[in-house]
Amino acid sequence: MQENYSIGIVAPQTAHFDTPLTLKCGRVLPQFDLVFETYGTLNASKSNAVLICHALSGNHHVAGKYSENDKYPGWWDNLIGPGKPLDTNKFFVIGLNNLGGCHGSSGPKSINPDTNKPWGADFPIVTVEDWVNSQALLLDALGIKKLAAVVGGSLGGMQALEWTIAYPDRVDHALVIASAPNLTAQNMAFNEVARQAIITDPEFHEGNYYEHQVVPRRGLRIARMLGHITYLSDDVMGEKFGRKLRDQINYSFDVEFEMESYLRYQGDKFAGEFDANTYIRMTRALDYYDPALQHGGDLTQALSGTKAQFLVLSFTSDWRFSPARSREIVKALLDNERTVSYAEITAAHGHDAFLMPDKHYHAILRSYISNIDIGDNHAK
Amino acid sequence: MPNSVSITNNVTEFRQDFAIIANWLKFGCKLLDLGCGNGELLQFLRGSLEVKGYGVEKDDANVLACIKNNINVIQMDLEDGLSGFENQSFDTVVLSQTLQAMHNTEKIVLEMLRVGKEVIVTFPNFGYWRNRWQITAGRMPVSKILPYQWYDTPNVHLCTINDFDEFCRNHQIEIIQRKVITDSKEIHWMPNILGNLAIYRLKSRQLGV
Repeated sequence: MQENYSIGIVAPQTAHFDTPLTLKCGRVLPQFDLVFETYGTLNASKSNAVLICHALSGNHHVAGKYSENDKYPGWWDNLIGPGKPLDTNKFFVIGLNNLGGCHGSSGPKSINPDTNKPWGADFPIVTVEDWVNSQALLLDALGIKKLAAVVGGSLGGMQALEWTIAYPDRVDHALVIASAPNLTAQNMAFNEVARQAIITDPEFHEGNYYEHQVVPRRGLRIARMLGHITYLSDDVMGEKFGRKLRDQINYSFDVEFEMESYLRYQGDKFAGEFDANTYIRMTRALDYYDPALQHGGDLTQALSGTKAQFLVLSFTSDWRFSPARSREIVKALLDNERTVSYAEITAAHGHDAFLMPDKHYHAILRSYISNIDIGDNHAK
Repeated sequence: MPNSVSITNNVTEFRQDFAIIANWLKFGCKLLDLGCGNGELLQFLRGSLEVKGYGVEKDDANVLACIKNNINVIQMDLEDGLSGFENQSFDTVVLSQTLQAMHNTEKIVLEMLRVGKEVIVTFPNFGYWRNRWQITAGRMPVSKILPYQWYDTPNVHLCTINDFDEFCRNHQIEIIQRKVITDSKEIHWMPNILGNLAIYRLKSRQLGV
């Protein structure tokens, strides 16, 4: 095993697609870009590819840094690299920014070739199914017929699940982490509040704020603050902040408690770098995903065509994507006699736990991933 | 002195029930192994019978070991029942040397009969003469198969073969087959005294559970 655990300096690439993509909503994207990164080397038989699907606010920068001076590496760097649980000595890992994103792939912020102006509100509402279809096109472009694995947490887990439904012959293993077969009403309600915060911001301009040279910063900020509350557990917030004051009670509405300071910091940071139109679309993709719907709510039937082997993981303190929701996926897979393992990781960090390098969690991932067979072309 | 309180570690030392369990399974059957430990039984069966096997295990380290061993494992607590499994969805459900450590013993046996067309239960026979002897001598039994002291044992529902027979009678459970063994030898004469380990093959007498 290599001692150097970092993938090092990475660079994004862009794939342009001229073939029209019909979306679930019925609209057609005549052409589009997907920005992506890869780590490790694709082997001769192209059997070692692993696709990472991102969640609500993620992107293609999954591991490594763009320069030595970067403060932070990619968002799942603790998982991916030489000698890490998803070992780039063995696997060729692909991260991409989904359609509708704001990090380089075609989305509301990018230029609509028909108008030469940003798409803004006119960018279609994309779904998990659309993402998976576009990801399949990216694999085609890379010459990859079949994924050794698809990996995703939260909304990314929904994409991993959808891969096994939409492209059963193109995925060997699916790692569905901290996810759900659809959102509960409560979960969707959080999304609605987040969207309302953005949409009712006077600077939203019905999604066409680019041409007004403003950003609905307040809405985005509140949406993110709300999100952060739901990604953490009560316990971990208590442990991290408790009722700690920054200074003293001043009988004001300024930042007085440490928790407030944290939320405002997270909100401000996010509002400065994320696109509001992307955010409301990502939450809609979450709301709409429900593979059982066209099977009369029968998830077992929805998963009956899958062929992949599954690892399903949940976290005990995750109340936004609770273990019970993961168990629904497991049950449907068991009903179909699929190869599946399920672990419920004891973790304090709530939904965010899937991004943390918890020892047991990573041991499970490492063990599972190292057993993935990529045939005789195992690059060492 | 025991240095582990894992309720399933007996299995690694006592594989005498594995061969009998294997004999009662059909080739390629769908099997649920409750309290599967590190997946040893499923590994044992994988090579010979090509069962479609799933283990159920509560302990983190055992779940990790199963995943390492490429055994399908579902992490859950058996005390909560088997709500994630459909009625009659497995050919056989196995509970190997775990019954005595269950709190909701009655519930889990009935749940197994709901989920499995057949059920295999193995447990240490508390009526075994060495246990009786230790009790007569005024001490709680400690043996290879019951390796715990009274104060650290996970075993809360120990029973004898006669007890379990009666349990089956009272719960409309049909005993398809029963084998009693001591040190891998089958015991036919006075099994409740001379038998160390009991292995039952059961099914529900109730139709449409």
